[in-house]
Amino acid sequence: MKAPTRNRRPGFSRRAQYGLFLSYVVAVTGILVGLGLVIVAHVDPLGFAAIRGAALDVTAPVSSLGRGVVNGAVSVVDGIGAYIQAGSKNAAMARELDADRRALVHARILSLENARLRRMLHLVHDSPAPIAVARIIGSTGTSSRRLATLAAGTEDGVRPGLPVRSPEGLVGRVILSGLTASRVLLITDNASVVPVRLARGGMPALAAGRGDGSVEIRPLGAGNNPFHRGDIVLTSGTGGLYPPDVPVAVVLKRDGDVAIGWPLADPTRLDYAIVEKAYSGLPTPAPAAHAKP
Amino acid sequence: MTRPPRSSAPPTRAIEVRARVVPIATTIAGSATALLPIVVLSPAWPPFGLLMLLGWRLLRPEMWPAWIGLPLGLADDLLTGQPLGSGMVLWTLCLLMIDLLEVRLLWRDYWQEWLLASLAIAVVILGGWAIADWTGGRASVVLVLPQILVSILFMPLIGRLCAMLDRWRLATGKIRSD
Repeated sequence: MKAPTRNRRPGFSRRAQYGLFLSYVVAVTGILVGLGLVIVAHVDPLGFAAIRGAALDVTAPVSSLGRGVVNGAVSVVDGIGAYIQAGSKNAAMARELDADRRALVHARILSLENARLRRMLHLVHDSPAPIAVARIIGSTGTSSRRLATLAAGTEDGVRPGLPVRSPEGLVGRVILSGLTASRVLLITDNASVVPVRLARGGMPALAAGRGDGSVEIRPLGAGNNPFHRGDIVLTSGTGGLYPPDVPVAVVLKRDGDVAIGWPLADPTRLDYAIVEKAYSGLPTPAPAAHAKP
Repeated sequence: MTRPPRSSAPPTRAIEVRARVVPIATTIAGSATALLPIVVLSPAWPPFGLLMLLGWRLLRPEMWPAWIGLPLGLADDLLTGQPLGSGMVLWTLCLLMIDLLEVRLLWRDYWQEWLLASLAIAVVILGGWAIADWTGGRASVVLVLPQILVSILFMPLIGRLCAMLDRWRLATGKIRSD
């Protein structure tokens, strides 16, 4: 049991009474100022980028230091699981390897043919050069938004709006950049929508984040649900920003009209991510020769 | 020149500074746990900054004026990447709410404190969810329920931690039992 506090009722001292009253006035004024800041955040979500970017720069080294330890711990847990299932896994992997070899030969043939066709069409394959390769060093754990922290900022050329990918698949896009660190909106965030297409058949769809680590894949065409468990969706490049043909997610289950997918670039295992140039849609047609003055 | 005998107790000035700085520093440190290099898929990490604030507020009601939520909330916003202002508003509101409720309660015990803290945690987390929702990230409210539960379960532990820190920050020297 704790006795009631006396100091909240300052008795007959005028000075103490005014002091208490003033502290409440300051608190309420502060709340109003804070509400103003929230309204600014609603109107312009990228506002105060300078202050928040600076805070990000200061705090990023803290996160970056311990990243290796966490990766090690995750690997240990995975490693123990792998030992337990070693025998059955070995057999399954041998079977997979055989199948993959056949698929690889097939893919090589296709890629040769593809290159030949491209040369025939004189298409310029603009593989976007990476702007920066950096480590993902943390995420916002307490907020209901899904943002990750990337250890590269404006000094490395990272600007808000650039797409971020890893070798496994699409990660998200940069929404805030400090000098040496930036925040990445993951594709699993509720504000993220990525135009995708089904790898098998090319049916266009939208992949929207659900905030719990999965994405909702919504087909654009009417009619029955075209997805099956295990289907892979790729970015379509529609509308620019995300370059086409980056793997996005694998379908886990169908849910009515939509499908629930899991991102191929698992954010908890992300180590390095690549910041690329924003894809600008179709390559602009070369200016005609006679247009020159 | 003779120096006064060295006492094991730190000088009074240092104690005063320590008594003021420790609660603020530990609250900011609680917010800074969001910087730990863990990438999580859903908002599961308890807001330790808020828990420390509540722990200190319930342990020492007279220590802080109500506006302390403004600077500490701002620090929390900057450290955790929430929209600026959400921590300022919610933390200060929550302190005012506790002030109001505390006038009604004459004697507080452990369970009442936990209930009060649980209420404050739920208000702040749901408020943070609403603000994040309004400023661009539409999320299902079901996502933050586990976080509220985990935070409420963490509260007694944080209360213990605050009490330990409180003993240390006000200790004037080593007290021997023998």
